[in-house]
Order: sequence, then structure tokens, then C-alpha cells
Amino acid sequence: MSTSNGVRVAVTGMGFVTPIGHDTETVWSNLVEGVSGVGPITRFDTEQHSTKIAAEVRKFDAVDYMDRKTARTIGRFCQFALAASKMAVEQSGLVPADMNPDDVGVIVSTAIGGMEEIERNQTILLERGVRRVSPFTVPMMIPDMGSGIVAMHLKAGGPNYSVVSACASSAHGIGEAAEIIKRGDAIAMIAGGTEATITPLTLGAFCQIKAVSERNDDPEGACRPFDLERDGFVMGEGAVMLVLEDYDHARKRGARILSEIVGYGASADMYHYVAPHPEGAGAARSMRKALKRAGIEPEQVGYINAHGTSTKVGDIAETKAIKEVFGEHASKLAVSSTKSVHGHLLGGAGAIEAAATILAIDRGMLPPTINLEHPDPECDLDYVPNKARKAELEYAISNSFGFGGHNATLVIRRPDPN
Amino acid sequence: MSDKLDFSELQRLAAELLGVDPDDVQRNKSFAKDLAADSLDLVELINAVEDKYDVELPEERLDGMKNIGDLWAFLEEEHSRKQEV
Repeated sequence: MSTSNGVRVAVTGMGFVTPIGHDTETVWSNLVEGVSGVGPITRFDTEQHSTKIAAEVRKFDAVDYMDRKTARTIGRFCQFALAASKMAVEQSGLVPADMNPDDVGVIVSTAIGGMEEIERNQTILLERGVRRVSPFTVPMMIPDMGSGIVAMHLKAGGPNYSVVSACASSAHGIGEAAEIIKRGDAIAMIAGGTEATITPLTLGAFCQIKAVSERNDDPEGACRPFDLERDGFVMGEGAVMLVLEDYDHARKRGARILSEIVGYGASADMYHYVAPHPEGAGAARSMRKALKRAGIEPEQVGYINAHGTSTKVGDIAETKAIKEVFGEHASKLAVSSTKSVHGHLLGGAGAIEAAATILAIDRGMLPPTINLEHPDPECDLDYVPNKARKAELEYAISNSFGFGGHNATLVIRRPDPN
Repeated sequence: MSDKLDFSELQRLAAELLGVDPDDVQRNKSFAKDLAADSLDLVELINAVEDKYDVELPEERLDGMKNIGDLWAFLEEEHSRKQEV
């Protein structure tokens, strides 16, 4: 990014539909106070499931953000994405409809797509036959539709597609969106991620591979990254969307610049369907590439928002990768997993964690890893346990890793003083 | 099926699915031009009508469904056919 053509990328807007709130201040307050968004699943009967908890989006009524017909004919993951995009664009002050249609693009990333709608129509197919399958099933299920819907409603006609890399989807999406601005294909990109897969089949499938926490009697304590008693991730849902913008364009129009995206790295583990490389080799290469693109040394990084999903192997592999990349500095920088608070938004994880990183820089405060009571001896970094603390940050990074062995790292910088 | 078809029932059903006011659902209203219903909306409306009235619209009649009146005429035909039976 700073090593390429000189175009810089600012973040000028953020929008949230999450298990810990639907506006910046509520989300930030819950992150720093460590108020968990995890609870018993209310969206379906979990009697058969070994996991009965998740971080659900609550108090969200789609018609607060869109007309009734749109709300009825798009998937839940698209409802989240459209609502969050509208909030992000509003904060940025950009009005895409008043701009050249090529100037503003959209990348809404998701890991899976309209799972709830697929499952509902599969049930209809089996019980009532194909003639009762909704004609909206196709647009509701395809994972790219979030990008399409946002473009239609916000009149953003620039580059438009989705990036799919499981739980790294929106980190890749934000990184790719920044590249689109850098290469001059758009002035601004509405970029982020969304997911709505707290469904019987998706949760059941994750239960079957023992990837999700079964700490059902203690939902708020279930996601405990780097803790000895961690037993898997906690599924979340929601959308976080950012407005990325050519830095000079944002400065000229007097926009408030929240931060700068200065580096993006991506790599593959080349190892296993769902297990991370045990030494975190792919993750380390992703971080190194991102730092190189940012043109900075590891010692300049003050904070890492870890992927930290609270799985046995994942947290250890990431810790090893951080040590490999940062050497002695690994024990000096702060690392936290905000998933402990908001759960794992899968395709939305990279976006909510990029936002948490941006806010950490902007507010000068490190959001904690909650539920870190008995540190795993193999996880021996400073994970900002349980309590937020002040920190002046110049550079911070956000890691995201996905099943399939996809890794992405974003490097985020404090904006220039005005 | 009851003795008499109630047009206001169809108005309410179409209004809900098409996102319009029930009063805007009149016999002369075109699905595409007046009610902004695309082909997906139309298939959904017909599915809902088939469910509600226990009828089945033959494929070959789908092309002829241009306005609310066409749909209503089909329902009336089916209604009187069933009354005769």
C-alpha cells in the first residue's frame, strides 16, 4: 500500500448490526466493558444440538432500515449488510447517488450466504414439493447478493462482487477493496462482511466437527480465547461495513478520517480442510506480507486484534505465528481477541475486528480478551486479559483465518493529525 | 371454498406480497407497470393464491397474467367450476 503507487486509503465510515449493538458507541462500550453478546439460541429449537448458545443479533427490525418489500424478499444476511452499509455511508458523508456511478464500489463478503433461506426452502421442497419453493430462493441464497443489494439501494455503480474465504472473507474483502482504490478503479468502496448462519444445519454441522463451544450453562463465559478451558468458538451473526475512500479525496472534502488502511497480506496454509497449520506458518506469512506492504518494521506495531477463535489448536498456532513474525517484540505488544465479546461472525469477523482495531487506535484504548482466567501455558503473550487499558497506537493489525487455510492480515494506522 | 369470492381478500394478499396499499390493488392495475411486480413477485403471488384458494394455475396461463383482473378472472372461473361440481 505505501509501497505501491502512492494512493492512500482512508476509512471514513463504519456501520454495525452486531450481537453487541447497532451503533458505534454501543459496540465500543460493550467491547471495552467486556459485555458479552452470547446467550441461549432463540432462533430455533436446539434440543438435538450439543451447542445451544450463540451471539445472536437482537432488537433488529429490518424495516427500520428498508422498505417492507425489500425486507421480505432479501436474505437475513443481506438485511444486515444493507442496514450496516447505510449507516456507514451516512457517517462518511458521501452520497454515492450524486457521484459518478463508477466512483463508488461495493464488496460485501460472506462465508456462506443465505443459509436460513436455503434450509427453509429445502424443508418446503421436501414437505410440499418444488412448486412451493419461493421464487426468491436464488437471490436469497447466493453469497454475492449482499453486494448487489447494497449497490441497488445506495446507487453505487463501481466494482461489485463478494469475496469468499470462510472466516477470513471480510478481511480479504476489505483488503481487496483498498487495492481497488489504490489502483484507481474507484474513489470509495463500501466494504465489509455479513453472516446470518445461526441455523439448525449450520450449527449442527459445526457441532459434528466439535468446533463450537458446548459451555451451554455459561454462555457469556463460553468464548475464552487463550484460556486453558476454552472448548471451541461461539457462532455469531451480523454485519459490519466500512467506507474506504481515497485519502486525498476524503481530506479535500473535509471528511473525518477514522484511520488509514496501510497494509494487506494474504496467504494459504496449504495444510488441511479445517485445522490451521500447527506452527501458524501460513498466518505468519500473511502478517509478514502485510507489514511489508505497509513498509513498516514489526516493532512499530502496538496492537494485534487476533483471529483468536477460542479453539484449542487455533489459538496456539496464532500465538506461534505472532512470535515467529515479531520475535522479541511479541512479548511487548498487546494482542486481544474481541471474539470473546462479540462471538465469531464468520464472514463478518474480519470486518467487525477491523472496526474494533480502528476504534482501538481512534480511542486510545485496547479492548480486552474476556474470560481469560487460566492462561494456557502455550499461549503466553499479553492478551489484554479481562480489562481494557489505555494505549497510544500508531499501527495495529487485524488477523483473520478461514477454513480452507485462507489467511488475511490488515495493517491499520492512525490518521495524519489534521 | 366459500359461496362467494371476496375481492378484498385478494387485495390484502397482493398488497402484502407486493408491498403496496390494498386500495391500489384494482382489476385494471398492471402487475409490471402499476404494481412494480417483477416476474419473481408474480410467481410468489401466484403461489400464495394457489395456496389460499386451493387452485392450480396451468403453466400456459402464466403468460396471460398481465393485471389483477386476469388473476381475478382465473379465480372466478375456478370458483364457478368448483360450485358446479
